[in-house]
Amino acid sequence: MEYGLKPLGKERFWLLLLLAPTIIGLILGAFGSILATIVLSFMRWDLLSKPVWAGLENYTALFTNEKFYIALTNTIKFSAMYVPGVVIISMFVAILLNRKIRGITIFRTIYFLPCVTSAVATALIWNMIYGKDTGILNYFIQSLGGKPICWLCTNNAMLSVVIVNIWGAIGEGMIIFLAGLTAIPREYYEAAKVDGANGAHQFFRITIPLVTPSIFFVTLISTINAFQAYDYIYMLTRRSQGDSSVPVVVFSIYRNAWNFFNYGGASAQAIELAIIVIALMAIYFWMEKRYVVYE
Amino acid sequence: MTNTKQKYILDLVTYILLILGAVIMITPFLWMVATSFKLPADQFTKTLIPNPATIKNFTDLFGTHLNFPLMFYNSFLISGLITVGQLLTCAMAAFCFAVVNFRFRNLLFTLLLITMMIPSQVTLIPNFIIFKWLHLIGTKAPLWIPAFMGGAFGTFLLRQYFLTIPRDLVDAARVDGASLLRIFWNIYMPLSKPALAALAIFTFQGAWNDLLHPLIYLPAVPNTTLTVGLAFFQQQITQGGKYTVLMAGGLISILPLILVFFFAQRQFIEGISLSGMKR
Repeated sequence: MEYGLKPLGKERFWLLLLLAPTIIGLILGAFGSILATIVLSFMRWDLLSKPVWAGLENYTALFTNEKFYIALTNTIKFSAMYVPGVVIISMFVAILLNRKIRGITIFRTIYFLPCVTSAVATALIWNMIYGKDTGILNYFIQSLGGKPICWLCTNNAMLSVVIVNIWGAIGEGMIIFLAGLTAIPREYYEAAKVDGANGAHQFFRITIPLVTPSIFFVTLISTINAFQAYDYIYMLTRRSQGDSSVPVVVFSIYRNAWNFFNYGGASAQAIELAIIVIALMAIYFWMEKRYVVYE
Repeated sequence: MTNTKQKYILDLVTYILLILGAVIMITPFLWMVATSFKLPADQFTKTLIPNPATIKNFTDLFGTHLNFPLMFYNSFLISGLITVGQLLTCAMAAFCFAVVNFRFRNLLFTLLLITMMIPSQVTLIPNFIIFKWLHLIGTKAPLWIPAFMGGAFGTFLLRQYFLTIPRDLVDAARVDGASLLRIFWNIYMPLSKPALAALAIFTFQGAWNDLLHPLIYLPAVPNTTLTVGLAFFQQQITQGGKYTVLMAGGLISILPLILVFFFAQRQFIEGISLSGMKR
């Protein structure tokens, strides 16, 4: 509290006014909502009749609910493919772009384009591209002599959805990695060269350690995004009644609340999801302390 | 092998890989443009140049039965309100956190940062119940009202920028008798245009592309947003809709953001770097 203006007299009131939206948002929007969701998760309520106290019923139901188990496994499978995919590919692209080549702005624009446009709109075209008999992807596969693949059938839908989600996310990861890479002082590489280090040596001893903050940050936001992934999955795999061929937890929450009016059960699922995400964050921050190198 | 030859080969490999990746990244967009100019009968042809080309898919969008203009207007209004709300309330809070000295400042800021970690699904159901209780389901209000309650991301981003503004300016203004509000509005806001622009673009983009919230609060076509409308049209395809018209709709829906992106690419990229690097 060493820096800062001291509000004088009437200004205390203005200060409060300036902060009011944020304080209301914190109470109503953030912490109040969490508390409300926790309370709801112990209730049975369809919003029409009176809420009934259900105790731990909603939580014990999660353990026997096969649909939720499938949703949870899907979310974990999705994250396990999506997060490393985004981190590795966007880092790779950033390293290539950082080689001081021509046309960097054009490449950067093209790679970033899917991050600008809505998942809903681009999913429309991906839906066409993935078409079994009519899509260009199978057209290419067939012209190369392969067999057409049913990309959005239950067996392949997960992989197809992961591919589109990664496609939509590498632009952002690339920008973060580029910022991290350009911050590495040139002198480090020059000094290494003088000492006779080859390209691979420089990469693993200088580049990788010094981009660990970027790796950490991209991993963090990709994980948060993976656990909340919804748009592409909704657009590419939804079936009637809010079902999907790749039901993830967010789907399950939405379906329980707005298709089955089981707000208590949906709240319990949301809390479970939050607990998993918070646990993962805790692990990440623990790893950050151990492995991330800050200059 | 000489060093220059090695560099030449490495450059070549870099270009090949980057171009290959760029083709994968941009093909869906090119395909969307191509399909949107094709005749409905040609919707599945495998050519990138429509032959013959037509603009009827676009004029169809503005036919009365789709009510595309209404959705466009709704998306624009909602995203605009959200942007105004976020810029104003986040800047207000960011100014306090960056410039003013008050009790509980660090505590309040920490609490705000913690909310960044909360998955949005956790807040979805109580918010819905509140708005249902207020009889606001089916109106635009639940979509933009929360934007007027500040937010961790925007406040954090603006605070970072406010901290770079020299403190001498504040002290000088104070000596001249300027009030807190004056310093905020006449010094900090005008000097922070780059950061405000970056946040505006980010917020508008997020609101424009949002699907989950409109799906909950404005689920019924036609009085809904572009995203919900397009998802609905996509469903209609199985009942004899046209992909060509759908692609025209998709293209129109992404056009405003692509234009903004081309004209304000620096702000976009700065926004990400600002949020990413200075944690």
